[in-house]
Amino acid sequence: MNILVCIKQVPDTKIIKVNPKTNTLDRSSAPAILNPYDAHAVEEAVRLREIHGGKVIVLSMGPPQARNAIRKCVEIGADEGYLISDRRFAGADTLATSYALFKAIEKLQHEQGIDLVLCGKHAIDGDTGQVGPGIARRMEIPPLTNVIKVEEVDLEGGKLKVRRKIENGYELIQSSLPCLLTVEKEINEVAYSPLPNMLRAARYEPTVWTVDDLDDVDIKQLGLKGSPTIVGKMWPPEKSSGAEMIEGEAKEQVEKLLAITLEKRELFGVKGGEK
Amino acid sequence: MNIEEYKDVWVFIEQRDGQIIDVGLELLGAGRDLADKLEVNLCGVLLGHDVKDSASDLFSYGADKVYVIDDPILEKYRTETYMKAVGDLVRKYKPEIFLYGATSNGKDLASAVATEVMTGLTADTTLLDVNLEKRLFEASRPAFGGNIMATILCKKHRPQMATVRPKVMKKPEPEEGREGEIIEEKITLKEEDLRTKVLEIVRDAKKAVNLEEADVIVAAGKGIKDEKGFNMVKELAEVLNATVGASRDVVEAGLCGHDHQVGQTGLTVTPKIYFAIGISGAVQHVVGMQNSDMIIAINNDPEAAIFNAAHYGIVADAFQIVPMLTEEFRKALKGEEAGGVTANV
Amino acid sequence: MSEKFDVIVVGAGPAGTSCAYTAAKNGLKVLLIERGEYPGSKNVMGGILYRKQLEEIIPEFWKEAPIERPVVEQRFWFLDKESMITTSYKGLEWAKEPYNNFTVLRAKFDKWFADKAVEQGALLINETVATECIVEDGKVVGVRTDRPDGDVYADVVVLADGVNSLLAKQLGFHKEWKPNEVALTVMEVLKLPSKTINERFNVKDGQGVSVEIFGDATHGILGTGFLYTNKDSVNIGVGTTLSGMMKKKLKPYELLEHVKQHPMIQPYIEGSETQEYLAHLIPEGGFNSVPKLVGNGVIVTGDAAQFVNAIHREGSNMAMSSGKIAAETIVKAKETGDFSEKTLDSYRTEIYDSFIGKDLKKYKDAAHTFEENPQYFQEYVPLMNQAMNTFFTVDGTPKWEKQKKIIAKMTAGRGKIGLAKDMYKAWKAVK
Ligand SMILES: Cc1cc2nc3c(=O)[nH]c(=O)nc-3n(C[C@H](O)[C@H](O)[C@H](O)COP(=O)(O)OP(=O)(O)OC[C@H]3O[C@@H](n4cnc5c(N)ncnc54)[C@H](O)[C@@H]3O)c2cc1C
Ligand SMILES: Cc1cc2nc3c(=O)[nH]c(=O)nc-3n(C[C@H](O)[C@H](O)[C@H](O)COP(=O)(O)OP(=O)(O)OC[C@H]3O[C@@H](n4cnc5c(N)ncnc54)[C@H](O)[C@@H]3O)c2cc1C
Ligand SMILES: Nc1ncnc2c1ncn2[C@@H]1O[C@H](COP(=O)(O)O)[C@@H](O)[C@H]1O
Repeated sequence: MNILVCIKQVPDTKIIKVNPKTNTLDRSSAPAILNPYDAHAVEEAVRLREIHGGKVIVLSMGPPQARNAIRKCVEIGADEGYLISDRRFAGADTLATSYALFKAIEKLQHEQGIDLVLCGKHAIDGDTGQVGPGIARRMEIPPLTNVIKVEEVDLEGGKLKVRRKIENGYELIQSSLPCLLTVEKEINEVAYSPLPNMLRAARYEPTVWTVDDLDDVDIKQLGLKGSPTIVGKMWPPEKSSGAEMIEGEAKEQVEKLLAITLEKRELFGVKGGEK
Repeated sequence: MNIEEYKDVWVFIEQRDGQIIDVGLELLGAGRDLADKLEVNLCGVLLGHDVKDSASDLFSYGADKVYVIDDPILEKYRTETYMKAVGDLVRKYKPEIFLYGATSNGKDLASAVATEVMTGLTADTTLLDVNLEKRLFEASRPAFGGNIMATILCKKHRPQMATVRPKVMKKPEPEEGREGEIIEEKITLKEEDLRTKVLEIVRDAKKAVNLEEADVIVAAGKGIKDEKGFNMVKELAEVLNATVGASRDVVEAGLCGHDHQVGQTGLTVTPKIYFAIGISGAVQHVVGMQNSDMIIAINNDPEAAIFNAAHYGIVADAFQIVPMLTEEFRKALKGEEAGGVTANV
Repeated sequence: MSEKFDVIVVGAGPAGTSCAYTAAKNGLKVLLIERGEYPGSKNVMGGILYRKQLEEIIPEFWKEAPIERPVVEQRFWFLDKESMITTSYKGLEWAKEPYNNFTVLRAKFDKWFADKAVEQGALLINETVATECIVEDGKVVGVRTDRPDGDVYADVVVLADGVNSLLAKQLGFHKEWKPNEVALTVMEVLKLPSKTINERFNVKDGQGVSVEIFGDATHGILGTGFLYTNKDSVNIGVGTTLSGMMKKKLKPYELLEHVKQHPMIQPYIEGSETQEYLAHLIPEGGFNSVPKLVGNGVIVTGDAAQFVNAIHREGSNMAMSSGKIAAETIVKAKETGDFSEKTLDSYRTEIYDSFIGKDLKKYKDAAHTFEENPQYFQEYVPLMNQAMNTFFTVDGTPKWEKQKKIIAKMTAGRGKIGLAKDMYKAWKAVK
């Protein structure tokens, strides 16, 4: 079973800090990392390969540095990595991203056959989660989003069963293969990679494709040009009138706060939302 | 694409087990404003099986029309059926704006439909408006990594679509007796042609944490530093019979599970009282709690952004003041406790 | 099935990377193992990078290395509670090529430097801890890592794993450092707009200042503080011997807080925002603490070998030179195929012939002198401040009377002879 995983390099948003006074981003110290959800997707693909054989191929669209994210996937156990990198891809929104990735997948599908596509639930820099379903639609395969467990893969029958997380629980879904899954972090724990993988990854050079390496690309659908959405204005969120400050020594502050909140003391009687 | 042909504001009405869930009604409220400004109709889109009867309820929440497709094939949500059904409706009736709740299924559907009809989609918005001069939908969301809001526009494609966080928009008061038009459509798919099947739905009857319904939330931010600080906050929550919330940084630090996370990628909450302890007030957090009735912020940095969102602010060291608060509340509430209830962690 | 390399270098700090760079450049098959998320992610340094030693490895490195500011002024502050005596040298010739030294942020610099080694053909793996040397027949033949299938082999293993060097300790090359052989340094990177830095330190863009701080900064414990200017941040730190800190029952961050709050220092950092907080040991035992440097198939470099000049706060330069010499030694050994202790021993002799050995020897008593005679920091710096105060305060007292008073104060504790002795000892230690 050949599994293709779409992976993205993102800035580590845990480290990016915003200066609340100036509203400026401090990106200088934020290293680029493999989108954490995508690491779980690669891990899942590697586990499925261990059982069902085949290859794990990772695909990313991004600047040349994204090769490092692909190497990270090789550490986890991916067999091959492809990076599509070209100025003409730049500035893509989710619609244009899914188009570009789809074109590359099409080529890989043609060259080596793809049975399953995996994506992360979302990329932590934008949190949209829109690229996965977009790719599935373009490939005309079913998307199964928010997957927390692959229950069963029946290669011969050409189908699989997964658990999909929904509000307040999960659903068990069956789908024919190929299909596309987007995975949640709960799906697995990314294992500590063995040393031979590390060595292989350090040496690994992903295949880099430009637009010209892909077949029948409609340039108008790529990058900024192919993106229906654009960012209008950006502004710091409205400062409301601001808080009434409770001044004084700690003891005084506590007293004043108690006076305010105990007017609503009935709220503290029983726990809300406890059914 | 002739943009002029696209009229009306649509809202996807999500149902679970045949019951309409709140987010669709909230969006009818928000959609009503947009439709009034644009002087067009507000329409609901309701898909499912045996749901037709619920359709008329939507008029009292502001819908002028409801498109209904009632078919056994649509009983349970599946991307392939819903995407096709909604895609057909869009192609036929051409809405100008289309809103979806940012739930698992809402996001899944909106993403698929956007590709199906080739249009733009803005994720997780928290603020909606229209620019009448240019007749453009302005969907805004907290932007990447920062204390910044960004407005996303979709100039040349229709419909202009967005997913909207549940609980961010206010559910309107129903207006009894308000009427509208129901338009029934058919779906052309056959079960045998489908590739997916929902085998089972398992709902956790009792969820461990129920932040969304809590009246009082005591939320911890990275200012509480570590497990010790987190326990201190938990203790206050226990005394107040409150539920424990957290910022993403606290969740990422492993101090509690993701189901405690408040904010853009966590839950949106609207308790009667929200204590924000050691939380800086990044926009991604604030969008998840700004509609609480009373917000009390404790932070040792007088410049912290959280004080802009709060109603009451205390500049103090949490490690000093929280134990004092816990103690004083314990004294003041003695005898009133429901007894034996512990904080949900 | 495990792979074999010509050289495995443990630790991608200045020492390890210099070694990997030089070895790879000479055609050896090199593996560089770093435990941090990336080189530099865990490394701490006050931030002065000396030009010469790196230039010998990468000529004109400053044209592309991520340096913060060339240092054009070196200041020394002797603090008392509310006063200080300062001396400084500023030379604008240092603002031009080839410069004198630079401030750097290690997180950026180490990563860049390691990438250079990779460009030369070294293989770098991060997030991997070398847990021990693999020893066969009395020879080091490789290292074991904390990863599954984690053994990897080489003709020579170079230990560049920093001050704690667990690996050298396992080989019995040194014992646990004594508390007076290592200094604990804590520092913070404080964000400040570059304009503010320029104004407060009286420099232009592209010019930096280093400040060494003595006296009240360390609560009288042996040690010093420092303040270095980066592009848009400053590094502030304070280091003292572990033994001193233990004696005074001080926590590292308390000491740093004390420095930051000092009325002479606070105006320089006012309004800044803490970006990073770091704590690290510096080997300060000097010459007398240098461990065994060479064994069969193994060489020790950099901080792991205690190559630090504590008085001048030089370490990264010695680390780089030692890494380079180690690589050159291995390149030569490779020609003969003999990696025994005897062959590799030329590393040791070369180190002792280089500035590393000479400087270490020169200052070999310095640290101990100050450790055993805390009065330098506890008494003389305040006394000097008081003396200046008495001298410069205009209050109508004739100057000669003031001088008398000063001398009386300074000798009150120890007498004239004691004072003279102390001065001589200090001079000998650092001359
Ligand atoms: C795409 C994306 C989605 C995100 N989604 C979410 C989300 O859903 N929810 C969320 O919360 N965040 C989210 N974030 C992260 C968000 O941007 C902030 O980084 C995060 O909310 C900060 O958490 P914090 O306030 O707890 O920590 P910090 O920003 O570290 O703030 C800690 C605060 O504690 C104060 N403090 C420190 N010590 C004390 C003390 N002793 N006593 C009192 N106060 C003290 C400090 O002054 C500071 O204000 C998201 C980010 C991105 C990029
Ligand atoms: C606060 C401070 C200020 C200083 N100021 C200056 C200054 O201004 N100028 C100057 O020249 N010097 C200064 N020094 C000294 C200088 O930092 C060191 O001498 C220099 O970094 C030594 O380099 P190294 O490569 O030997 O060790 P390190 O820089 O410590 O590098 C060791 C590397 O090995 C890695 N490592 C350790 N163990 C393992 C393992 N088992 N497996 C894998 N990897 C491992 C570590 O992660 C690290 O990257 C300062 C030191 C400190 C602490
Ligand atoms: N540029 C990209 N290259 C490869 N995969 C991507 C890219 N952008 C998004 N993805 C995939 O789509 C998922 C969801 O991303 P997003 O829709 O941006 O939140 C990610 O977890 C990836 O699996």
